[in-house]
Amino acid sequence: MPERNIIRTFAAEIDKIFMNNTEKLNHAFAEALNVDISAVNDDLKYQSIPQWDSISHMVLISTIDETFNISIETDDVIGMNSLGKAKEILKKYNIVF
Amino acid sequence: MGLLSGKTALITGASRGIGKNIAELFAQAGCNLVMIARNAKQLAEVHNSLVDKYNITSYTYEVDIRNVVSLKNAFQDIYEKKIFPEILVNNAGVMIDSTLQMAKPDMIEDIFSVNVYGTIYSSQLALKGFLRNRKGTIINLSSIIGTNGNLGQSIYGASKAAIIGFTKSLSKELAPLNIRVNAIAPGFIDTDMTKGMNQKFHEKNLSSIGMRKIGQPEDVAKVALFLASDLSGYVTGQIIGVDGSMVI
Repeated sequence: MPERNIIRTFAAEIDKIFMNNTEKLNHAFAEALNVDISAVNDDLKYQSIPQWDSISHMVLISTIDETFNISIETDDVIGMNSLGKAKEILKKYNIVF
Repeated sequence: MGLLSGKTALITGASRGIGKNIAELFAQAGCNLVMIARNAKQLAEVHNSLVDKYNITSYTYEVDIRNVVSLKNAFQDIYEKKIFPEILVNNAGVMIDSTLQMAKPDMIEDIFSVNVYGTIYSSQLALKGFLRNRKGTIINLSSIIGTNGNLGQSIYGASKAAIIGFTKSLSKELAPLNIRVNAIAPGFIDTDMTKGMNQKFHEKNLSSIGMRKIGQPEDVAKVALFLASDLSGYVTGQIIGVDGSMVI
């Protein structure tokens, strides 16, 4: 039902408003890599799961950009090879965890 | 409604020749523009004429594409303005003829900096916008010299052949992300760049064209319009010759 999908999307957007930065980042990873939120943890590394390949990495960067309204630089795109590293890099963009 | 209504294209080398014609045809099709070129005065003239005539939004950046920092700053600025172009035309290019023996390192560096590195870095920087839009199209300018080669143009030919390799590989890389990458390989086109050739060379080139006439910048621009529009929505990784059946 399209109406139900619209309601779900709206509810997900509302949820995001009340998330802290860690939750936002975890959701960005889950959404971009198309994995369950439970699979997103600090051990998650680039190419450690089939879903995090070079193609989905591009989607991930774009999703993080949009989530935090920032523009991640090329050097940081290359360096962002784990969830932990992502948190470290995002501090440069004044995102506090 | 034009073919490109509501879209934004970033065009490098937009102040003259093929780039200027592409900008005009895109503007006519309703496309908003971000134009990059070295010559600020010429670029401002193109900007003013197109904005007045076609009622589009246009931004210009004086950038020497050899300067990666300056190129990066231009992209940063448009993203800060929340402009995310869905079309990139990598048109900026130089053509310097020389036999290999006479080619100086500076000249080789110059040709590759503009024709190859400029295209690669612009594409890399444009990706951010494409990913935001969940779609995009890159149009690279190669050359018949890149596909067929020509005497006295080994360096230029190598740079344009590099564009073909780049286009084909990048198209495969970006296809899953709904981003198309194609190239145009113009033949002998009537631009300032080809006007600089000597008369004898000019005549020889003309006699090698099956259609017996020099191509016009608009001929190339029309193919760019096709590649930029949804008419070519299932076309990627292609090198399209615009050469009037030129034989080299």
